[in-house]
Amino acid sequence: MAADLASVAAKLAAPGKGLLASDESTGTIGKRLEKAGLPNTEDIRRAYRELYYTTPGIGHYISGVIMFKETLYQSTAAGRRFVDVLADEGVMAGIKVDEGLAPLPGGGEGETYTKGLEGLEAACREYVAAGAKFAKWRATLKVTDSLPSDLAVERNADDLARYAKICQDCGLVPVVEPEILIDGTHSQARFGDVTERVLGATVAALWRHGVALEGCLLKPQMVIPGAEAEGGKVAAEEVARHTVAALRRVVPPAVPGVMFLSGGQTEEEATINLDAINKEARVVGRCPWALSFSFGRALQASVLKLWSSDQTRVTEAQQLALSLARVNSEAALGQYSTPAGGHPSTLTGDSLRENFRGWSGQAPAGGTVPLQGGGGEEVVMAH
Amino acid sequence: THSVHLYAPILLVHIASRCVISGLSSSDKRHPNRARTVTMQAQMQFQSARTVSCVRATRGRAQPKVLCRAFNSMESPFAEELKKNAAYIAQKGKGILASDESNATTGKRLQSVGVDNTEENRRDWRELLYTAPGLGQYVSGAIMFEETLYQKARDGSQFVDILLAQGIYPGIKVDTGLQVLPGGKGETTTQGLDNLADRCKAYRKQGAKFAKWRAVIKIGEAGCPSTTAILENAHGLARYAQICQENGLVPIVEPEVTLGPGDYSIDETAFWSERVYSHVMRLLNEYGVILEGILLKPNMCLPARGHAPPGLDAPVASPEEVARVTVRTMMRSIPPAVPGIHFLSGGMSEEEATLNLQALNDEAPNAPWALTFSYGRALQATTLKTWAGKESNWAAAQDILVKLAKANSEAAAGKFKGPHPVPGGGRILQALRTGGSGK
Repeated sequence: MAADLASVAAKLAAPGKGLLASDESTGTIGKRLEKAGLPNTEDIRRAYRELYYTTPGIGHYISGVIMFKETLYQSTAAGRRFVDVLADEGVMAGIKVDEGLAPLPGGGEGETYTKGLEGLEAACREYVAAGAKFAKWRATLKVTDSLPSDLAVERNADDLARYAKICQDCGLVPVVEPEILIDGTHSQARFGDVTERVLGATVAALWRHGVALEGCLLKPQMVIPGAEAEGGKVAAEEVARHTVAALRRVVPPAVPGVMFLSGGQTEEEATINLDAINKEARVVGRCPWALSFSFGRALQASVLKLWSSDQTRVTEAQQLALSLARVNSEAALGQYSTPAGGHPSTLTGDSLRENFRGWSGQAPAGGTVPLQGGGGEEVVMAH
Repeated sequence: THSVHLYAPILLVHIASRCVISGLSSSDKRHPNRARTVTMQAQMQFQSARTVSCVRATRGRAQPKVLCRAFNSMESPFAEELKKNAAYIAQKGKGILASDESNATTGKRLQSVGVDNTEENRRDWRELLYTAPGLGQYVSGAIMFEETLYQKARDGSQFVDILLAQGIYPGIKVDTGLQVLPGGKGETTTQGLDNLADRCKAYRKQGAKFAKWRAVIKIGEAGCPSTTAILENAHGLARYAQICQENGLVPIVEPEVTLGPGDYSIDETAFWSERVYSHVMRLLNEYGVILEGILLKPNMCLPARGHAPPGLDAPVASPEEVARVTVRTMMRSIPPAVPGIHFLSGGMSEEEATLNLQALNDEAPNAPWALTFSYGRALQATTLKTWAGKESNWAAAQDILVKLAKANSEAAAGKFKGPHPVPGGGRILQALRTGGSGK
């Protein structure tokens, strides 16, 4: 089993390949569809995902697709299961298994833990039967002058490790995602310090719970300044320098791949930063893990914009999806150079950042906690 | 509404580490009670903190006063120098000569070849080592005991200057020996934190560039390693490393996993080694130690069988097996920022030490850290026997030392082809290593 997990993890982290994070929950994808003028129905969601999964040649650049539970069981219009269509292209199916954020008892303002451990084992066995090969769980940590607290760091690290152990026991490679939220005024240096602390705690927890590092992947944020930091954005070289230094200090070589999330960056920034990270890694040397992507919005935003304007433009949309995947594959090899027509993104300049992706509800009088959402309705926070 | 606790950061780290370790021992089926006791202790401390300082939250929820912990704002003013020095010592194809035996231990060695344990003889012996012509081609650092750091050669020149002229950085053993922990299992902690900052300053002034502290974690015997032993030793190492970096010395972090009597496989050694290293790395992280400015001195993973004294009749694992398991252990535990992993030679013959080192480099030619040596007996045993205290043997002894250093230097570069200068040597007994300085 351990050897299988290691081999799956190595394939997911293969040179020049990355993950398509298309595991937005019904609520989250609904917001995006509605913003693009589409209704949030099961068929629209299905057709939207079909667009990506049937893009010819997607398997050259994408090694795995993370899905939401609904999607794992869906099929193409012609009736072929998504899992099978992807497998034909050499793309593995992954499944988001967490059940969203909840306020952390005893934690600071806005600190969370992630729900989903109860019943996880049974769910994983079902997902394996349905063809999933890997899983993903997202924890979030907030940065202020006094946060993240010890409690938040240790609790989330421990829960991530428990999730990872259960996955491995069921035959799924766990993608371990301790997302440090970019919201805030903190500097890039502070973000780097927090990254080291959080990843250090996560790696220690993984070991403590008996998780085989060779059979899991990390999904962290790149080290960038806070979204409201003074001085605004920094050059890609700075992102690369801070990110590579932080990872080298805390991630043991046994982890085959570090698959960055793109939260808060534009499609073009995500590619350029990933490329700079890989170039820096080659210069610095001694970076034994793959440095690749697990992008959601950075692979989809332009595509959604195109497709939502006219759902018959499938071929064009797929070509755009493929270009976005291709440039990030090049970046993952440190070989990206701006194509003649510019980066394929058609949204250059617009940040993909949505409203705060953490939790900021009030303490409950009793009952469930409303999470941040449009009209205060309950929204499961996820990519 | 619910209560919010005012946390003192120390208490929180204390509780966190106890909860962390209770997770450890709860998986140790031999000691279910220990896990419960630790968790209960943590709970009791938690309760008393709550009753002493409890703030009721209002509708506009009060912020818990969690104090921000300064992460790497502990970064030493010597940071760049530390990184440079560590990189120098860990350069490919070079390693460390461990010559920091305490006076008592050195005495035992000298006596084994019929030489009296006097300061003059100890000085002569080290002069032989440090003036060996060409040693600096293969050795980048030499660890000394305090007495030696201040000694001079016969011609009056300081040992530290002789070493530096050879391109060998002087290092200093700063721990003051092992102390047995209660529990009757022979587990130990290492002493030496008191006044360490002042001592580091003085050693640096004298010319030392790096330091060394040896922690010993015993495995194999029932109940070993205990939670206490792991916590204690990891803390000692982390605090020592932090103090060294604060005062401009590169700390060699040595968590030696020693094999107690009993049967266990190489995989068991690996398992316990990983557990220990994972803890040590975690604490180094917590204590803001700059990993680019340390060196690691671990044990290779070896199997064991038999009874006291351990090691003599242990099965020999092939170099390939040692390499495979040891590399796997390092890959799982040691982040790439550490520039060099300098293995100790305890439990191996001189030849084994070289062959295993070569196998390590065969196994992982692109390892992110140097895989090299910090050898004491594997460089000194035959050298000492050759000298035997006789002036007429001086050159021959230096010759064999340099040949041994060369063989290990080649192995550290993955280029050792043999033959070994001292083939078929016997296993060097483990027992001598548990004495500690001053005992």
